[in-house]
Amino acid sequence: MVGIVIVSHSEKLAEGVRELASQMASPDLPIIAAGGIDGGIGTDAFKIQAGIEEADRGEGVLILADLGSAIMSAETAIDLLEREIRVVIADTPVVEGAVSAAVTASTGAGLDEVLEAAMEAREMHKL
Amino acid sequence: MASAIYQCIEQIGSKIIEHKDFLTELDREIGDADHGINMARGYSEALKALPQEEEDIGAVLKKTGMTLLSKVGGASGPLYGTAYMKAAKVAAGKKALTLEDGKAMLEEAIAGIKMRGKAVQGEKTMLDALIPAYEALTEGMAAGKSPYECLADMCAAAEKGVEYTKTIRATKGRASYLGDRSIGHQDPGATSSLYTLEAIRDFVKGL
Repeated sequence: MVGIVIVSHSEKLAEGVRELASQMASPDLPIIAAGGIDGGIGTDAFKIQAGIEEADRGEGVLILADLGSAIMSAETAIDLLEREIRVVIADTPVVEGAVSAAVTASTGAGLDEVLEAAMEAREMHKL
Repeated sequence: MASAIYQCIEQIGSKIIEHKDFLTELDREIGDADHGINMARGYSEALKALPQEEEDIGAVLKKTGMTLLSKVGGASGPLYGTAYMKAAKVAAGKKALTLEDGKAMLEEAIAGIKMRGKAVQGEKTMLDALIPAYEALTEGMAAGKSPYECLADMCAAAEKGVEYTKTIRATKGRASYLGDRSIGHQDPGATSSLYTLEAIRDFVKGL
């Protein structure tokens, strides 16, 4: 199964998105929250690196990230990886993207398909 | 006795910590008001984590970069962290550096920041201080100036670069949300880059 990592400046936000997305996902889906830094607001490349390695089941990992430096920290985390893992960052809203990706990944879809599902969240209308 | 490289990092850290409030103030104008606080915390943690007697300059710089990466929090964590780790590769296994090494380290650090931040010169970032600094250092060396003169030229160019950031609009990072309202303010990252170079210059002068 494709793994999912939620990156946010806030530990609580990342955990909340993980909780929400997990609710709609297969219990086997590896979905990891990597939010905050040292208990405060920020992003931690090492925490994200550990999250990617934990979420990896050999079929790749999708990252969803919130604002600004979250993307930079996620890219740094990818450079820090100690083993070869295919990782993609989805340029999409975090909450909607995570739910959409989790549902698709739960069906056993590959990384490209999970990424596509996450990207569809950009077009999701609420009203 | 702490190694020279430890003392140099200590001097950079002290300068950043000394200007913590000013850096945060600059960031309050055009960002999220945490640059000084974040950088000061990063250097305080780095100075605690660094092995004081380690003489391998590359090892000390790598550890500095990794600590900044894990403690700074904002965009400056990955940016300075990457810069130090790139410079560390040039210095790996070395116990002393020539000015030529220093130039290569600055070049690598700039390449790392460009790659990590997907930024170029003229976007109101650290690069607006660092790139002119690198060019002045290169010119000074080509003109056969003394190492200290080269470093002094490097800092003068970085200072001009910081002044230049006041005249331009931010297109990268949090300040880009402000658009034209970012004009008139000097960039906090360019300013902390200037302090870093000045601390290195002063450290070399004291050798």
